[in-house]
Amino acid sequence: MIDLDFIINLFIIIIVVIGLFFFFTATVGLLRFPDFYCKLQATGKGDTLGAVLVLLGVVVYILKEDFSFSTILVSIKIFFIIFFIFLANPTATHALTKAGLDSGVIPIKKEDLKK
Amino acid sequence: MNKKMVTFFILFVLWCIFSGMFDIFHLSLGVISCLIITLISGDLLFSSEKITKSHIIDGFRFIKYIPWLFYQIVIANIHVAYLVLHPKMPIEPFVLEYKAKLKKDISKVVFANSIILTPGTITMDITKDNIFIIHCISRKVAEDLLTGEMERRVAKIFGEDIKIDRK
Repeated sequence: MIDLDFIINLFIIIIVVIGLFFFFTATVGLLRFPDFYCKLQATGKGDTLGAVLVLLGVVVYILKEDFSFSTILVSIKIFFIIFFIFLANPTATHALTKAGLDSGVIPIKKEDLKK
Repeated sequence: MNKKMVTFFILFVLWCIFSGMFDIFHLSLGVISCLIITLISGDLLFSSEKITKSHIIDGFRFIKYIPWLFYQIVIANIHVAYLVLHPKMPIEPFVLEYKAKLKKDISKVVFANSIILTPGTITMDITKDNIFIIHCISRKVAEDLLTGEMERRVAKIFGEDIKIDRK
């Protein structure tokens, strides 16, 4: 007999693990990619999706444990964190690339990779 | 509606959410602090003097845009995860210049942030002639961008009437 509790727990585990997977690929990309801009490509966004998925898992978990007015307030606060990450993460990535561009870091080309 | 009233209302709703206590003492503290903030910096949040119906419609269109953006983010993240974990790492980074036709500042901000959020592309700079300088990590993500679908959707949110005829 599969009950609702089990399904919700499974859902939470799946989205948190997917979020951790994206954190993992972001870190591996940071180490493997060849130059400044490509490293930023990997971290700036994998982090966003990973953090959003993990936080969504947390929201579902607290609402499942105790569905009351105070936990709804807590979940709204977590949604504010998600909103902030959505705004701040791309902006920080853009600021870093802009700084790199202004100080003359030359992006690597496909031909350079062959060597 | 006056923009200071709207600012005060938004601040007070945020106060209620963050404090979570609804007795007279805490609510009156909230009213006092929100009033002070509204009086000092009430003209920062909105640029136009009056809040009209079109602002609210823009807000709803933006909320409708978020699920599509999230879907794009997931697809593109999977693509980047594939690139990262592939043993030969088949990336071909290059820099692209994209001539956008958006006019309003807010739509440019949303468009640039959306480009950065879909992995594989970073907005490096925006020139005065509205050219977005974009760093792409592979051909596929660049082709997704060049269809112009994202720009069309952003233009639609903020009610800009532009013709985008890319392939």
